[in-house]
Amino acid sequence: MTVTGSRKATVTLPSDRQILITREFDAPRELVWKAWTTPELVRRWWHANRGEMTVCEIDLRVGGKWRYAMQADGFGEVGFHGEYREIEPFERLVSTEAYEGIPDADAHAAVDTLTLTEVDGRTSMTVLVEHPTKEGRDMHIESGMEDGMQDAMNLLEGVAAELR
Amino acid sequence: MARAATTADAFNAVAEPRRRQILDVLASGERPVNELVLQLGLAQPLVSKHLRVLREVGAVEVRGDGRRRFYRLNGEALKPIHDWVRTYEQTWSERFEQMDVVLDELKEQEEGR
Repeated sequence: MTVTGSRKATVTLPSDRQILITREFDAPRELVWKAWTTPELVRRWWHANRGEMTVCEIDLRVGGKWRYAMQADGFGEVGFHGEYREIEPFERLVSTEAYEGIPDADAHAAVDTLTLTEVDGRTSMTVLVEHPTKEGRDMHIESGMEDGMQDAMNLLEGVAAELR
Repeated sequence: MARAATTADAFNAVAEPRRRQILDVLASGERPVNELVLQLGLAQPLVSKHLRVLREVGAVEVRGDGRRRFYRLNGEALKPIHDWVRTYEQTWSERFEQMDVVLDELKEQEEGR
């Protein structure tokens, strides 16, 4: 397969409690959706080469639960879980996301919104991560800073985007 | 690297929109307090309060005294944030590269139908 254009993920900080991740894929959005929501497929990419994914449960319906866990190299098990809130197949997926490494994880759960837009067979993906509490963000960033493994659902506030 | 879970770190210091505004202004160069006050359109005590927080984490440095205090940005103090974003971005990039492989296979399967 040929790779055209930049395939780098872009992380920006639209506001205090949000992180926005964007990426373009050379595939129609139906396939991106499938790769994002099918456990056997998620197992193949979510680990980000940082260990082995040990749990991948997806109950894709509104109110349905999900749980991901991995054995991270040099760190141990890290787990995340949440619940699906809105599902518009191939377009939009809203779910909660709790990082199990912090106390009272569910109270500090983030809300993640995945959006897929297709143009000429290519798909633009955005993942917006919103933390409801400062405490959740702080704990999450802190755990990330300490273990050196930056998980998908950390939250960051700041000016880094402007510091580039 | 252990970090204190208090307000005394760079992440919290830049969490406040007004403080980010101050950093934005200082990004283009050193400014005296009164100019910052003018540029931001905020009350002087409020600006001073935010500057104090930024100073505590080392995000800004000051020289001079009284009304002739000049503030400037200290990028080094904001490096943890910068590094954090870069690492976070790197994780996602690697994740998506794996996803590309999966997607290529899915495309081939579709075409083979």
